Formats: sequence, C-alpha cells, structure tokens
Amino acid sequence: MPPAEVLEIALRSLAVAGGATLLAALFGVPLGLWLALRGGGGAWGRVLLYSGLALPSVVVGLLFYLLLSRSGPLGFLNLLYTPWAMVLAEATLAFPLIAAFVLSGARGRVEEVRLLVRSLGGKERHVLPTLLAESRRTLAAALAAGFGGAISEVGAATLVGGDIRHHTRVLTTAIVVETRMGELQAALALGAVLLGIALLVTAFLVILERE
Amino acid sequence: MRLLALLVLLGPVLALRLATTTSVYDSGLLDRLLEAFFRETGVRVQVLAVGTGQALRLAERKDVDAVLVHAPSLEREALAQGTTAEPYCLAQNAFLLAGPEADPARVREAESVLEALRRIAAQKAPFVSRGDRSGTHLKELELWEKTGLKPQGPWYLESGAGMGQTLVLAAEKGAYTLTDLATFLTVGKKRGLKALYTREDPLLLNQYAFHLVPGSPGEGEARRLRAFLASEEAARIVAGLRVEGTPLFTPLRGRCVFPLRP
Repeated sequence: MPPAEVLEIALRSLAVAGGATLLAALFGVPLGLWLALRGGGGAWGRVLLYSGLALPSVVVGLLFYLLLSRSGPLGFLNLLYTPWAMVLAEATLAFPLIAAFVLSGARGRVEEVRLLVRSLGGKERHVLPTLLAESRRTLAAALAAGFGGAISEVGAATLVGGDIRHHTRVLTTAIVVETRMGELQAALALGAVLLGIALLVTAFLVILERE
Repeated sequence: MRLLALLVLLGPVLALRLATTTSVYDSGLLDRLLEAFFRETGVRVQVLAVGTGQALRLAERKDVDAVLVHAPSLEREALAQGTTAEPYCLAQNAFLLAGPEADPARVREAESVLEALRRIAAQKAPFVSRGDRSGTHLKELELWEKTGLKPQGPWYLESGAGMGQTLVLAAEKGAYTLTDLATFLTVGKKRGLKALYTREDPLLLNQYAFHLVPGSPGEGEARRLRAFLASEEAARIVAGLRVEGTPLFTPLRGRCVFPLRP
C-alpha cells in the first residue's frame, strides 16, 4: 500500500474516532457526572450503564445500518456508507464507556466537592461544574477509553461504513482487507500504525490532564 | 495536493455505489476498470466488497446503485423480482479446486470435478467452504448436490469469510477448497496452496455480470458505467489483467454463457 494511502487511512481513522469520542463525551460526561451527584444513579442505573460496556459493535452497526439504509427510517439523510455514519455508530459504542468512567471516577469525590462548594458559599447548581473541574484525571481516562474503543472497532465500521476505499476505509477495516488478500505483513504494519496513533492520542490526553 | 483532494472526498458526496464480490475486488480488476471509467467520465465509484448474496440484498434495499456479481441462479431471481435490471455479462473465468501439495485425496487424478469432490468426502480430507451465500459458495453447493453427497462432519469447515481469507485458512489447515482463478493466483499461490483440479469443465465456469438497480439515486451514473463496461476499452482491461503471465479473466462482451433472463 502506498504511503500516501496509509496516511490518508490513518488520518481518517483519527478523524472518525476523534469525532466519535467528542460526540460521545458531549453526552457521556454530563450523564456520568449527573449520576455521580445522585449517589451513583442507583443499582439499576449502574447495571444498565455498565451493561452498555458489553454492547457488541456488530449489533450497533447492524442497528445503524437498518436505521440509515435507504429503505430505513433515516434513509433520506443519505448517511449510510459515509464517515458520518461511522462517527454515529462509534459514538454510540464510546458513550457508555465514557459515562461509566466518569461516573466511577467522580462518585468518590462528590461529597468532598459538595462540602467545598458550600463552604465557599456556592449553591447546589455549582457542584456539577466544580466536580467536572476536579475530575480532570478521570476525564482523561474516560476520553482515552472512548477513543480506544472507537478507533479499534471494526464490526460497526464495516457495516455502516462499507470499507469503501478513499471514502470510508479506516485502519481496522484496511487490516481486514489486507488479511483477506493474504498481505499479512501489510496488515501487521497497519496494526502498528493504529497502536502508534492510540499512543499519541493518549499521550496528548495525559499531558492535558497534567496542565 | 493529492492527499488534500482525497481528504475533501471525506465529505458525504453522492457518488455511484457498486456492491461487488470479494473476488473481483481482491484481484485488482475493479480498481483498473474504475480508474479508466473515472478518467473518462469523472464519476467516482464507491466499491463495497461483499459476497454476491449480500450484494443483492443491498440492491433490494436500494443501498447500492449497481452490482457486479457471479451467481446466475440468484441473479435470475433478482431480475424476476425487479431488484436488478439490464444485466451485462462482463467476464468469465474458471473455478478450480485448490489444496495442499501432498494431495491426500488424490484430487489430481480425478477425471471430473464431481469425482474429485467424492474423493475428498470419501477420505474425509479437510475441505473449507465459504459458507456465506457468495457466488463461490453457491457454486460449491451446486457441485456437492450433483455428487449426491451431503458434506458434513468435522472435515467440512465453513469459514464464513471472503475468498482470500478462506484460501489463507485452507492453507493453514492443509485443506481443499473451491476458489475462483483470480483470487487463487493473487492470494492462494502465495500461501503455498496448489491448483489440483483445473481441467476445463462447463461445471466450473464462473460468470460475472453487472446489473443496474432500478430506482436507486445513482441509476443514471450506473447506466454510464454499464456503457463503459460494454466498451472495447473495458474488454481490453479485462483481458489484460495477468498474474505471472496467466490471464485472470476472459471478457464476455455481453455474451452470457449462463443465460440470466428467463
């Protein structure tokens, strides 16, 4: 595979997984914090959320395929087999990961933060933003988990992206193609690129967390 | 600059979408044809490499604008139901039986492909089936049916994967498998499989046909692609694709070997 194409696929992987992580964080972080403020959201809430960690990516891919198919309810959006569809499916997969990480990280600090806010004369509504600011480390771990889940995922990416060259092919689906063609060394090299990207993004998050 | 142009294509552009079989995709034939088509018309084609069964399902849901498939029985069904229309027979090649060098079932000595399969079954020599309703899988089932045998047991493995991966699996397991010539030459040979039964046999003909999907948004572009595939240039590209001097496909120029219309 020519280096330009590897770069193109790597950048697309980064963009799709990054977009999915941000979209998932937009909903997952507030949900995690909100549940933490309510004492963990109750046993059932947690069971429900943690079960989301086991969401099989092919099932999510299948649901989005049926939803976005031209004969599906959202077919008119013409999103099937585009990178946007992959972002949606991968965000769905990353969402419970991020929410669960935020919840488990923030839960133990809620009382401490609440006392702090009250002692400074703050109201209950100030607790959530303060909790967010105090949970930076948890946030970095949650984003790393969400991003890791999104970029390493292949089932949903194949079903809703279609693995179209120059359009929706990402690192994981390219690895499948190379393996299928018997180009095992190329497949392995792409795997190394994927790990490299994960390493860089995680390093970036850890640096952010320390700032 | 080229990279920039490619990145622009990230956006949800409406291009012609073609579902095809892994065999034409993995052999590189489609890349060449579509590159020439792009040079001529500027129309980008997005290719989904799936099995014939899945390609026709995608056509049924209008998720693709055209299909390039190789299972005449399924194609006749799709045409009868109006899922696809105006088939154009593009190319043919042959299926063959590949297997380990040692050839424990002595397929090399078989007089016919049915006898070769019977030998494999009698020896209970490992055999990998695609098991995915692809054109190759349907052909394999048709051949087993003609032998009057029901392949089952621990020696009969179903991969559920594309042709290339199935060949890799067969090589690892020292198993036999039915494969198209193109994928065998591009993948199977590299992994040490041998072509064991390669006689000319009407039972082993493999025909690829292009169909339009009526009512899909890209039908107009699909029609242009059909016209291009019917051109002499496309036929030359089909005939010119070789691996180590062996041509992978023979152009059919619209003359179907297996009739598709009732």
